[in-house]
Amino acid sequence: MKGTEIISKVLKDSGNTTLFGYPGGQIMPFFDQIYGDDEIRLILVRHEQAAGHAADGFARASGKLGVCVTTSGPGATNLVTALANAYYDSSPVLAFSGQVGTHLIGNDAFQEADVVGCTMSVTKQNYQIKDVNNVGRVFKEAMYIATTGRPGPVFIDLPRDIQQAECNLAEPIPETIELISYNPRVFSKGASLQIKRALDLIMNAQYPIIIAGGGIVLANAQDELQELVNLLHIPVVYTLMGKGSIPDDHPYVLGMLGMHGRKRSNFAISEADVILALGTRFSDRITGDLAHFPGQPNAKIIHVDIDTAEIGKNVPVDVPIVADLKLALHEFLSQLNNRLADPSTATINSWWYRWIQELKDYNGIPNVTKEGPTGRIVPEKVIFELNNILQADDIVVTEVGQAQMYAAHYLNRQKPRTWISSGGLGTMGFGFPAGIGAKIAKPDSEVWIVAGDGSFQMNLHELATVKQNDIKVNIIIMNNQYLGMVRQWQELLYDKRYSYTCLACKDGTYFPDFLKLADAYGLEGVRVEKPDEVAGALEQARKADATFLIEMLLEPEANTLPMLPPGGAVSTFFSRRGEKKSIYDWFARLPRNESEANGYKVERITPEEDDINVYFE
Amino acid sequence: MTEENHVCIGLLVYDHPGVMMKITGMFARRGFNIASISVGHSERPGFSRITIVAEGDEDTIEQIIKQLHKLIDVVKVQHLEPSKTTIREAALVKLNVRDNAARQEIMTLVDIYRGAKVIDVTSKTITLEVTGSEAKLESFIELVAEVGTIKEIARSGVLALIRGEESISLE
Repeated sequence: MKGTEIISKVLKDSGNTTLFGYPGGQIMPFFDQIYGDDEIRLILVRHEQAAGHAADGFARASGKLGVCVTTSGPGATNLVTALANAYYDSSPVLAFSGQVGTHLIGNDAFQEADVVGCTMSVTKQNYQIKDVNNVGRVFKEAMYIATTGRPGPVFIDLPRDIQQAECNLAEPIPETIELISYNPRVFSKGASLQIKRALDLIMNAQYPIIIAGGGIVLANAQDELQELVNLLHIPVVYTLMGKGSIPDDHPYVLGMLGMHGRKRSNFAISEADVILALGTRFSDRITGDLAHFPGQPNAKIIHVDIDTAEIGKNVPVDVPIVADLKLALHEFLSQLNNRLADPSTATINSWWYRWIQELKDYNGIPNVTKEGPTGRIVPEKVIFELNNILQADDIVVTEVGQAQMYAAHYLNRQKPRTWISSGGLGTMGFGFPAGIGAKIAKPDSEVWIVAGDGSFQMNLHELATVKQNDIKVNIIIMNNQYLGMVRQWQELLYDKRYSYTCLACKDGTYFPDFLKLADAYGLEGVRVEKPDEVAGALEQARKADATFLIEMLLEPEANTLPMLPPGGAVSTFFSRRGEKKSIYDWFARLPRNESEANGYKVERITPEEDDINVYFE
Repeated sequence: MTEENHVCIGLLVYDHPGVMMKITGMFARRGFNIASISVGHSERPGFSRITIVAEGDEDTIEQIIKQLHKLIDVVKVQHLEPSKTTIREAALVKLNVRDNAARQEIMTLVDIYRGAKVIDVTSKTITLEVTGSEAKLESFIELVAEVGTIKEIARSGVLALIRGEESISLE
């Protein structure tokens, strides 16, 4: 068997027959191998970075491995951003690229680059294959590593001569993978004991809370999480990656926390006395200033994660639990059900049930029917209307920046893998190709790409990909003519010195004309200038047969708030007027005893700062 | 282990190209410090033994060990506690000597130190080999430097094995 035949067979045997890729000199033997092969489908993109993001989006939407293939040198270095993006969001991606022949490696041959070196720190594992007899093993091993334990991208560097060489092994593809150094540890006896300790803490706490991270989605533990919440009656705040792990309209779900979190979420985490962190890595966007996290200095932290190295990395942990989340939550539920069945152990001391409704009602999604001060649409309006039209199986894929944060705040997501966003790396240009990957994975789901005008332009060439491959996605360009998030920081922190964040010309004209652009690629679109046209345009997109582009003309200087001041505690905020505020300006500290509870109301004032009408002053 | 915040870590790793880069790259990327590193074959073909002396407080060392565990090419990781570990380092020291008397004095010092010997002599230089703990090496080098002028030094980095039955061997 030739090297490329082995690869093709491994892909087919494992059911990974959808590839995203771009050909070139050193990967030609592989492309020749799959030519005319009906069992393998390759989506030809227009830039290798997009191949990587599409594979990543495919993986996130399907829960399966995403596969991408490129040529050597620039083809492979173009993948680096996509691999880093998949790495920081723990997405299972297999990437392989051609390489110059083994006899040329190290000679600085044409289109040679040290991509093993380039990808080393942004992959879970990487390989360069120098012997055709290793091709079968390495590909199988790579798939196993990418999809087990904490998932992540794996990269394979594949010299041209190895692709063409004949393997002389009786069994070119080994039956099983033996890796003594890698044991994706899932559950242990010790974890059960720790879970007992965790339940002791949670059931005795007054204000326990759950942080749901992306690990819930990766472990498919959404049902277990919901059951746990329903039994414990304690609130859930989630990370950007954890959105979708529990329905947003669940009475105990408060929304995203952290840097751009909901006020009520950051209030709840600041007041919690026990934090059950599930599959989150306590990134700086979650904790704010670590000196003030958790908000209650005596709060106990229970951290469940499959990756030992995440536990204790950023915050000290009282009860560490290294486990697959699904198995861990099973154990939580089984122990909890036992306790609840026995009246002597059934008491849950949480007081949240008294205030949760009031918190949940606070600060819903505003429907701003008026135009903004410059006569354009207020961004919240777009998200309000999108939320109305979204169905449970629709998939929302975001770019990065303000639009991403509006969507994360307000969109009601019911199911895991219907929310796809670049969290760790924050990659502008991720959303559109990832949306393509998501659509390929879930052809029956409507895919909505929520993009800013800046992000969209980072990979807009993929309009050709959707046209050529008949892929239907709905693109919403939230055009405020700025790199909005950076402009917002400049407004709040750099005295409105808008250094190179305006994307419009000096005379105020804006290019590209996104509708002409769509037209150039043979696609249709619509420009929306008034608030009352938003809903109709979204409906038009849903009904369209092909990719449909909507350009929403937005208030140029609208801010995504709340926002933590950089380096600030999770309880601090910029208000809509750009003033630094405390979360306790909005909410009263939770009562800790009955006398404090007497006549207590969560909402301290109805601060006008929080009112969307600040826009119109 | 002369420094307070130094910790010795023993590793068993696959003997593949690029494995060293994965380990040192991890240290560099995460801002950890390597005080010394030594690599060689292990008792088992296909596997190398690495001894790293890392710098950091308790939390940092814990994180270093966890991150090393995470590398797929790393088979075993062992924190080698000084009280349970034999630690050795070798050094080659080349000195300029001004006259016979100086040379004679250095050779006397070599005789006194267990683990030191002369391995090369010329009219102007003398090269010594010395093995021992880091502290012993330091004190020996300091002493001979008072007699001759140090021209160059090559040190092996630390080698360490845990005492007694315990090991990170795969057997």
